[in-house]
Amino acid sequence: MSGHSTYEPKTGFERWLDTRLPIVRLGWDSIVDYPTPKNLNYWWTFGGILAVCLVIQIATGIVLAMHYVPHVDYAFSSVERIMRDVNYGWLVRYMHSNGASMFFIAVYIHMFRGLYYGSYKAPREVLWILGFIIYLLMMATAFMGYVLPWGQMSFHGAVVITNLFGALPLVGEAITTWLWGGFAVDNATLNRFFSLHFLLPFMIAGVVGLHIWALHVPGNNNPIGVNVKSKADTVPFHPYYTVKDGFAIVLFLILFATFLFFNPNALGHPDNYIPANPLVTPAHIVPEWYFLPFYAILRAVPDKLGGVLLMFGAIAVLFVLPWLDTSKVRSMRYRPTGKLYFLIFALACIVLGYCGGQLPDDKVIPGLSTFILIDADLNSFVWLSRLATLYYFAYFLVVLPILGLTETPTAQPESISTPVLSHPAGLPAGAVAAPEKKG
Amino acid sequence: MLRKGIALAALGLALVAGPALAAGSAKSPEPVDFSFKGPFGRFDQGQLQRGYKVYREVCAACHGMDLLSFRNLGQKGGPFYDPAYPNPNDNPYVKTIAAEYQINDIDSETGDVIQRPGTSADAFPNPYPNEAAARAGNGGAMPPDLSVMAKARKYGPDYIHALMAGYVDPPAGLQVTPGQYYNPYMAGDTTPFWTGEGHAPKGGFIAMPPQLAADKVTFDDGTPSTIDQQAKDVAAFLYWAAEPKMEERKAFGFGAMIYLVIFAGLLYASYRRIWRNVAH
Repeated sequence: MSGHSTYEPKTGFERWLDTRLPIVRLGWDSIVDYPTPKNLNYWWTFGGILAVCLVIQIATGIVLAMHYVPHVDYAFSSVERIMRDVNYGWLVRYMHSNGASMFFIAVYIHMFRGLYYGSYKAPREVLWILGFIIYLLMMATAFMGYVLPWGQMSFHGAVVITNLFGALPLVGEAITTWLWGGFAVDNATLNRFFSLHFLLPFMIAGVVGLHIWALHVPGNNNPIGVNVKSKADTVPFHPYYTVKDGFAIVLFLILFATFLFFNPNALGHPDNYIPANPLVTPAHIVPEWYFLPFYAILRAVPDKLGGVLLMFGAIAVLFVLPWLDTSKVRSMRYRPTGKLYFLIFALACIVLGYCGGQLPDDKVIPGLSTFILIDADLNSFVWLSRLATLYYFAYFLVVLPILGLTETPTAQPESISTPVLSHPAGLPAGAVAAPEKKG
Repeated sequence: MLRKGIALAALGLALVAGPALAAGSAKSPEPVDFSFKGPFGRFDQGQLQRGYKVYREVCAACHGMDLLSFRNLGQKGGPFYDPAYPNPNDNPYVKTIAAEYQINDIDSETGDVIQRPGTSADAFPNPYPNEAAARAGNGGAMPPDLSVMAKARKYGPDYIHALMAGYVDPPAGLQVTPGQYYNPYMAGDTTPFWTGEGHAPKGGFIAMPPQLAADKVTFDDGTPSTIDQQAKDVAAFLYWAAEPKMEERKAFGFGAMIYLVIFAGLLYASYRRIWRNVAH
């Protein structure tokens, strides 16, 4: 999309079309000839994997919508009906429900890759922000999709999450009523959630278009974080990355298929196979696994509004990350101290996810008695969540701004091709030390 | 306004502290070596038939199974599947079973409420006309629908087996309310009812009395009708009822896996070949 186009229309029709709607040129420049750094590792394949996830979710979702009934009396049984009486309905439904989890696995890896390799830094700030808009839309879509089967977790999850907005001063109650379409989570809520759950994926697809556009202007970041210096640093996207991404996509599909065919309910909660009953609250309301870190942050704060603000703040802080990180070095490979802080950050996120699935007052280390600090025992998941939350925010607000000014990065290679030449051991067996000289 | 404020405050509290109130735990069910476990597991048709008989003669007196129709019994993977009848509606077993039930209907000529013998297309009739009747007949407790029960509880069929076969006399010091029964596998918290020494026993109270007894159901294939056997068979049947397409799913998955692994191998070989002249 940027730079000089190498597309040459070969047939008369292509020449005719090219002067009227250069769509073939667009495709050629975007996914055939697009110059891509040649040192991208497998962490970079998750962009392609995510595109596949989105297509799977939209395709299966459209089929599901043909059979689903968005009514409180029929929603639960219509989903079961799909799995029993629609041809391959079990396949479509389990693809969609497990596909959501796969989508989030891939997006989290994609995000951590961006964090580690500094893909949010100039000139890719807009690319990064668009990515987080996609993530927000994904969260909304996944949440509303989980409500649709109208099981116990669907209903009570919807009650908890929509009530969060009620914590906002002045407008909170109005927003909640507006979300519900009434004065409680009911049929009107289910109807609008279904409508929005159908709409949002297409908005995601639209922002994905912008995300790819914003990627193709500056071009890919790469594992060493050094800008592309010459054509020797790049390879055309096709066939080099179509084949590499394709291989990674199929490996990812094997993981997907393992859940889909052999343990399709492993990532869900059994309570969601109990039809929604507003009068019976499940013993523990927990969101789907991919929201657990945010749920832990929410519960870490004893004040409801504070918890809600902190939870949204955990995402908001990522929007301004490009301006918080003061380091000029993109890749953590050359920031030994930063790398350590990053690894602790990744660990803190996993700890938060684990805490989100536990009871706040349960002991982290069984049998160990400590003391009550403020409102809870120090040896409890609520305190572990608080420590991890503290680190989560400190990483963005303290570590990254200060570390960039104080640390001494190790030497970065001159260009993408340099480390290749200086590390011939990394070459596949049988390759010569400087193969590009062979032409 | 105030009520709503209190409700929201309560919810906020519940978010932070609520789950703690539900402390207490049930005994984890012992895993049962069901034939349908594992990636190649299939249903044991004999077991499904025995399980259906337990359901029919014991469970169905109180529990509905609204998502199932008689035809499901004769579909592929089902208890009465017969390859001679690819259309389960033609299956004589299914037809006979269905005809044993009287189904409420409307006479299309007169509009009168009538009862007619069931057909393969009919859904399993619910033992109660409505929820109030179900509660009235069971001391206020609602016998839950069993269609997806094996997916609606942690440990699924293992749990159903453990619960059904796991009734024990309450330990001394545990006060059991009349109309309730102690079961160590039932979720709940016995702490408020515990006057004995130490920690309250695991488990909870259930409104369903023990249902299974040796020889309560006669198995036509000669399998000894013990409580354990009945519980296993009905758990297997309920797992089939919750996942009737499990065999199709696993078979499809096996094919998909072979395809994906070969495809991955080909792509990897292509990747190595395409990249062989690029140092990276």
